[in-house]
Parts: sequence; C-alpha cells; structure tokens
Amino acid sequence: MRIVVQEEPFDLGEATTSFASNRKDMGAVVTFTGIVRDTGDTRLKSMEIEHYPGMTEAALGEIAEEAARRWSLGDVLVIHRHGTLVPGEMIMMVATAARHRKQAFEAAEFLMDYLKSRAPFWKREVTEQGAFWVAARDEDEDALTRW
Amino acid sequence: MNVLYFAWVRERIGVPRESIETNAATVNELVQELRDREERYAAAFADTSALRVAVDQELTGFDASLDGVQEVAFFPPMTGG
Repeated sequence: MRIVVQEEPFDLGEATTSFASNRKDMGAVVTFTGIVRDTGDTRLKSMEIEHYPGMTEAALGEIAEEAARRWSLGDVLVIHRHGTLVPGEMIMMVATAARHRKQAFEAAEFLMDYLKSRAPFWKREVTEQGAFWVAARDEDEDALTRW
Repeated sequence: MNVLYFAWVRERIGVPRESIETNAATVNELVQELRDREERYAAAFADTSALRVAVDQELTGFDASLDGVQEVAFFPPMTGG
C-alpha cells in the first residue's frame, strides 16, 4: 500500500505500469484519475488545494486499509496533489489490485467516495469572477451510505 | 493546546494556527470561549453545523473531550478527490 501527498505533478503512466507490474496473483488492476475541470460558465483560472499535513496521510491510509480489508485487495495506491493546479492537470489517482475485476472496481469507487468527504483537502476555485471555496455536496456525503 | 484552522475558517480568523491556553473540557466549550473572545471568532464559529472538527488529527464531534489533547483543528466539510 502506498499513499503519496505531493505538490508536484505525477506521471500517470509510470505510476500505473509500476503498480500493475510483477503481480502473478492479481488478475485485475483498476485506476481512476481526477482532473481539474473548467465547467465553462465560471472560467476557471486555477484551483488551489489546501490540506492538513499529517492528518491527510493518516486519513488516506485508514481509507485505503479499510478498502483492502473489505475487498481482499493485493495492493492500493493513492496519489493526491495539493497547491495550485490549472484546468487539465491531474489532481489525484487511485489504483487497486485484486484477484478479479469486480473487487478492483468496487474498491476504487469506495476509495473515491471516502476520500471526497473524509480526507482533509479543501478546494478553492480562482475564476474570472473571483475566488470561491468549493462547497461539499450533499450527494458526496450521501454516497457513503451505500457502503 | 495548538488550534489549527483551514480553508475559509482560517481566512475568517486570520491565522492558520495558534497556541491557546484553555481550561475548556470539550470542543464545544473551547468554541464558546473563542466566540466570546473576539468578533472574528464569533463570525467563524457562528454556525458549527457548517464546520467539522478534528482532535489530535482524528475527525470527531463537537462534544469530544479535550482531556490530554494536544491539537484541535477546525475546518469546513472536506472536498477531496
């Protein structure tokens, strides 16, 4: 299991290849990548991601351990960036390795649902109309109830 | 005790962290103490249902005990991913 919290960009291809290599007992690897999106109507210039050093790593680790337990995963990778990002940049990725694809897909969704509202990150959008803290959405909190 | 603030809570209070001498037994008591101190705290803590709290880096509730606690953090609901 590997948890990485960093300011600099990550190499999705390299991270995925390295994660998926040398696994003779795991038949499935699923990855999800989050990208800074410009919704168009707000004209996003950049997104600033603040986090709580120390608690961030601990919270991500706990979420990853919970996923590994529930789906008997072979491995989990979480990379999450902080700092200032522009539209099109990759914010984060998760990767899961399991014996079969269903476990790998479900575990990746679980990780995403939990790290949306349980990992201490806060997003601030800098737009042409000003800067705004992104509000948490009720749907994100509701998504946790299905697990 | 170290008290940390993140996102708009940090902006309203004006500092990212501070050291506070307190006899508050719970998070709620600490919040009331801060509210009574200055207007900027009263503004930041006006509606605690819009806030989350972590005690020694563990997410908890406002009724949590502060016994032996080193670090308390206040922030809005998280928006990771």
